[in-house]
Amino acid sequence: MDDIASRVIELVAQSKKLPVTAVKLETSFDELQIDSLDKINLTFAVEEMFSIEIPDASLNSLKTVGDVVRGVEKLRAAAPDDTA
Amino acid sequence: MVRVAVTGLGCITPIGNTVAEFREAMYEGRSGIAPFDRTARRFPGMTGDDPGLRFKTTGLVTNFDPANNPAQKLSTGIAASTDPSAQFGIVSARQAVEDSGVLKHYDPSTMAVIIGCGCGGRAADEEANRGLYTRNARISPLGIVRAMSSSGASNIAIETGVTGPVLNISTACASGTHAIGLAFHMVRSGQAAAAIAGGYEAALTWGFLRAWDSMRVVSPTVCRPFAADRDGMTLGEGAAMLVLEPLDAAVARGAHIYAEIVGFGMSADAHHITQPRAEGAALAIRRAIDDITLTLGGPFMEPHSGEMSGVERSLEHTWASRIGYINAHGTGTPTNDAVEAAAIHQALGPHAPHIPVGATKSLTGHSIGAAGAIEALATALALDAASLPHTANVGVVDPTLDLDVIVDAPRPLAPGKDVALSNSLAFGGLNAVLAFRRHER
Repeated sequence: MDDIASRVIELVAQSKKLPVTAVKLETSFDELQIDSLDKINLTFAVEEMFSIEIPDASLNSLKTVGDVVRGVEKLRAAAPDDTA
Repeated sequence: MVRVAVTGLGCITPIGNTVAEFREAMYEGRSGIAPFDRTARRFPGMTGDDPGLRFKTTGLVTNFDPANNPAQKLSTGIAASTDPSAQFGIVSARQAVEDSGVLKHYDPSTMAVIIGCGCGGRAADEEANRGLYTRNARISPLGIVRAMSSSGASNIAIETGVTGPVLNISTACASGTHAIGLAFHMVRSGQAAAAIAGGYEAALTWGFLRAWDSMRVVSPTVCRPFAADRDGMTLGEGAAMLVLEPLDAAVARGAHIYAEIVGFGMSADAHHITQPRAEGAALAIRRAIDDITLTLGGPFMEPHSGEMSGVERSLEHTWASRIGYINAHGTGTPTNDAVEAAAIHQALGPHAPHIPVGATKSLTGHSIGAAGAIEALATALALDAASLPHTANVGVVDPTLDLDVIVDAPRPLAPGKDVALSNSLAFGGLNAVLAFRRHER
């Protein structure tokens, strides 16, 4: 598993106080009982970790852990000089 | 039960620093929400001209100058020991007391001061901490009293000489409504002979703005409650105060009676710290309606014939059919407005689609602990004038809400529909609803 995926999984696991092994790329936010406030909080943590800004418009499309990983990869690809 | 009249009003708001200015702007639909303007307000700590926030507008109080404006003057001691938030509260309380003349007619030892403030002296606290953590600066010995949440309540008591119950109520966005409701119950029961009640807030610091930005609930455009394309709330600030006293005494002394307060209901969602639940808000609405019967008795309606739904049957002997206006919490977030609409339908059943609904936050923004008090003031003014203010900034009303939202122009209060509700639904699921009634002269 690449670095971005493992770091996002670690963040999600920490935020819900779960073991890392309980969180997979295909795990949905519904399964993890991530509500709207959890999601905003997780978004903030991901933004901080990767020095990116996740646009409001994309929040609704984030349904699984893998969606977040792919979103981070896309945003980082758009800003290749990012040093985070 | 003692019936309770509103005999004095005062306010400092983004649409006016007197009740006359507020009333005029409200009926003209003149919004106090404007783009950030660094010349109008410097947010200490903000660097550069672009604040780098997702939202670009706020509802700021302007022309508040207690140092130079005699109408807003504060004693040197009070000015030094208060944050702007408490200063808004003190000046608006003074306006309300002068408007009513209450201190000439009641022994101040029998009166209450019940004030709502959600955030305390955040500006003072933030500025002191900024100095401490960036420059290891010393903190003023007045830092504690400027920042404490009860600063406004205490200073209003000091200024008016009221020595009865003096409280600060902190229930986030419902603080002002809870304060007025509690004061109403105290005057109704005889626990207080009269009361000064309302709310204040001036929390628009750089840290506060940044924190709200992270929550992603503030509109990138402008607050437009119940609009189909609504996209969030707009932050505001201000204060509003009401003077409450027994109706009979107010009539006897020839006081101007803006409206009666006839009911108050409160509830907790006990559900989630940010997600509202319609059942909780509906319960507060229902309790406010039932409380009207405790105040007034009645309403002695003609027996209903034909089939009735469960909600309709439960409302049969209440004042629900007399409700002619709801001043909604109406923040303009997609979630709040949908949940509030659902609550209105749950509580009011077949009446819900026919009751005119408005949202003052479209003009003032959301001033947290002051919001409910400003909206109570707007509701009292609306009943006084028998004219219901419209909701600004709304193009198309969200048809899924099935509410009669007042847009484009004020609307007359319908004959026989003399009761109005003012809803406040706070973060943390704390709900408070006031019921007012027009006073016929």
